[in-house]
This record gives sequence, C-alpha cells and structure tokens, in this order.
Amino acid sequence: MIEIKDIFKTFGDNEVLKGISAKFLPGKNNLIIGGSGSGKTTLLKCIVGLHEPTKGQVFFNEQNFTEMSFEERVPIRTEIGMLFQNSALFDSMTVEENIMFPLNLFTNQSKSEKLDRANFCLERVNLKGKNKLFPAELSGGMKKRVGIARAISMQPKYLFVDEPNSGLDPKTSILIDELIAELTKEYEITTVIVTHDMNSVMGIGDHIIFLHQGQKWWEGSNKEIAHTDNQELNDFVFASKFMEAAKEKL
Amino acid sequence: MFTSLGRYILLLRLSFKRPEKFSVYWAEIMREMVSIGIGSLGIISIISLFIGAVAVIQVAFQLTSPLVPATIAGSISRDSTILEFSPTISALVLAGRVGSSIASQIGTMRVTEQIDALEIMGVNAPGYLISPKILAGITMVPMLNILSICLGLAGGYIACAASGDISPADYILGLRDGFLPITLQASLVKSFTFGFIITSVCAYQGFYTSGGALEVGQSATQGVVWSCIMILFADLIISRVML
Repeated sequence: MIEIKDIFKTFGDNEVLKGISAKFLPGKNNLIIGGSGSGKTTLLKCIVGLHEPTKGQVFFNEQNFTEMSFEERVPIRTEIGMLFQNSALFDSMTVEENIMFPLNLFTNQSKSEKLDRANFCLERVNLKGKNKLFPAELSGGMKKRVGIARAISMQPKYLFVDEPNSGLDPKTSILIDELIAELTKEYEITTVIVTHDMNSVMGIGDHIIFLHQGQKWWEGSNKEIAHTDNQELNDFVFASKFMEAAKEKL
Repeated sequence: MFTSLGRYILLLRLSFKRPEKFSVYWAEIMREMVSIGIGSLGIISIISLFIGAVAVIQVAFQLTSPLVPATIAGSISRDSTILEFSPTISALVLAGRVGSSIASQIGTMRVTEQIDALEIMGVNAPGYLISPKILAGITMVPMLNILSICLGLAGGYIACAASGDISPADYILGLRDGFLPITLQASLVKSFTFGFIITSVCAYQGFYTSGGALEVGQSATQGVVWSCIMILFADLIISRVML
C-alpha cells in the first residue's frame, strides 16, 4: 500500500502541491489526472523520491520513505518500476542491455538467467527478437514497451507511469494502456499512472485522483466520474464535444 | 561561486561512495579508458609531432650566437616538451575533446530523464556515471602525456633532419644533456591533475544541467571553459611547488 500524507512542494515562490493526501489501492490502476500545470508529475516525482516534498510524508507499506536516507531507500527502490514520459532508455545500451541493467546491479543471477528474464520481459511486451536494437532504432511505441519491459524486469511491487500515451497515436496508446492494465492484474502490482488521456481514464482507471491547482479536487473510480457534479472535473473530463456526447450514453 | 564549489565537492563525495556492484563499475571504467585513451590517440599524436617540430625550429631560429652550442636546442625543446607542451597543451586539447563529450553525455542523460531512471532503480547515479570517468581520466591522461612527450621529441628530430638548422646528432646530444628526472615527475603530476580536472569539472557541469538541448550545449561549453581555466591555474601551482 502506498500512502501520501499532506504533501506540499514549493519551487522558489511557486507552490505546486498544496497538501495532498491519498491512498493508492494495492493491485489496481491508480490514476492521477489533471490539467497541464496541476502538479501531477511533481506529485509522482515526490512519491518516488525524485523530488523531496517541502512538507508531508510518503509511506510504502507503512514505512516512511520520506525520512529514509538514499541507502535505506534502496530495498524499496528495487521494488519500484517506472516508465518515464520519454521512456528514458539508456542510449548507449541495446534493448537487451537496458532490460538487464537493474538485474546486473541488484541480483546475483547468472548471465543466462538474466538473458532468459530479458527475453521473457520482451516477449511479454510483444517485442520478441528486438534484443540487439538500440533505442535510436525504435519507434515511440516500441520505446514505451521497452521501458515497460525494463520496469518489470525486477518483478516490482509498484509501477509508476508518467504520461504513457504522450506522443503516441490513439491505437498504440490503447495498446500501451491495455498492457499496463494486464501487467497490473497479472502480477498484482500497485500501479500509479499520471495521465490526461481520457481513454486511459475511462478504460483502466480503477481509482482516480483529480488534481486542480495543486490540490486534490476529486477522488473516485472511472464508473463514478461520469456522474460527478464536480464542476472543475466535468470541465476537464468532458472538455471535448466527443466526450460530452459520450457522457450522455454513460 | 561558493555554492558551486560546495556542490562540486558534494558531488565528488557522492561519486566515490561504495559501488553497488564492482564488476559493473569495472566494465564502465574499461569503457571510459578506451573512450578517453584510445579515442584521443590520433589528435594527441598529430599535435605532439607538430609542436615538437615547431619547438625545435623556433629554438634554432633564436640561436644566433656562435658562442651558444647547437646542442642547447635539444635541451630546451626537451624541457619545454616535458614540462609544458605535452602535459598542458594536450590537456587543453583533451578538455575540448573529452570534456565536452562528458558534459554533453551526462547533460543529455539528465534532460532525457536517464539519470532519474538510474536513481529510481536505486543506483547511485554520480557514482555510476562520474567515478569511472574520473578514474579513466587520471589513468589515461598521464599515459597520453608520456606518448605525447615521446612523439614531441620525435617531431623535433624529424624537424632537425628535414630543415638542417641543427644536425640530428646535436639534437640527440642535447636531449641527453643535463636531464633532470624532476621534470618528468612534474609532468606526470600535472597530467594526473589535469585528467582529474577535465573529467570532474565537465561531469559536474553535465550533471547539473537543467532544461533542454540548448542547456546541454551551454553545459558542454561551460565545462570546457572552466576546465581550461582550472588547468592553467593548476599548471602554475604545480610548477611553482615542484620546480
């Protein structure tokens, strides 16, 4: 279980997060949604420790992650997988080396075991046989899938995903969403996804947190989102005529 | 400036923390050694040959008095090559070639979130990215310096043979005459220090890059400029202390 308590984050005079508290459901897809500049990515980075919150705490299984030193965080970090907005694959390494990288550093597996794991992860994201390609040779969707394969290589308990659909066509976006949802269910991972893609919200949003102006404005599931009377959330979710038309059918 | 110095020292401290797995770091050190050492062989060889040759020609040009023996040209160009041309000129060239590459490589990793990816995995990013480069720098730059000295002196010999200003025999005699081992020691201390400066200063500039492609370029430029200034400053200090 991941829990955040009263998270504040300030950059200079700019207060980006203003006291956000939430619990993320274990084994489910937890979505953080909101408009541009609402603080979604900052919140995600505070949770995983890339930003230190100005105030507040983050708990992983009741362990206070915020107060831990870098060394104390390592065991928890090895249980975390993360897919970045631009995939963040290591340019100098092949697909296979990218996936094997955390295994090389944090396990004592033999080379053949690591290779087997890399092949398994690649097969799981439908990229069998792409082992020797470099990130520069991959399309945007393939990079995302390699990013997912690297994120699951250590069999994480927690998966964090930052804007999985950015820069992808609608069909590939849906495939990536489905893949994340499948992996979450299959391995009972607690997944936290930052997105503003409405297909993701309606398709895989087991638990949704809506941020507005750095505050938690609404919390619920994708089934509840269509019937909320929260004005800001309605303005955000049903901004397009297409979504407005879809709302009437829900 | 003091903030930057403090951040630089803290980054160096983080860089030399205990590695997660030595074998992975060892592979990185070897890769960096090849990149810095083998990758710079060509440019260092060319520069050293030409500087050695030019040094002898210019010394010969200034030796107009018949009272000064011709062998002195060999001695002067030897000491100039060992003490200044090889360590310092090579380091300034390496700051451009190796330093800009280090700053832009680490800077690009920063702006494309690759460093964040390392930290999420629990990897000590400064240790993994910077310490292999520093270790490769302090090992390979002195080796390149030794090569540069040999080629510089060879360049001088070729210039003597080709121009006829000084006979090759006088040049060789001059090289052997009054050699002080302290000059070679000072040269090696200089190149060791310069290797450290180039890799650490440029890595620092790259590591704290923020923004995009424009800022990566600026970091590379800053890295080279600061490395050059620090190299010249360290050159002065080491020369004053050791000679």
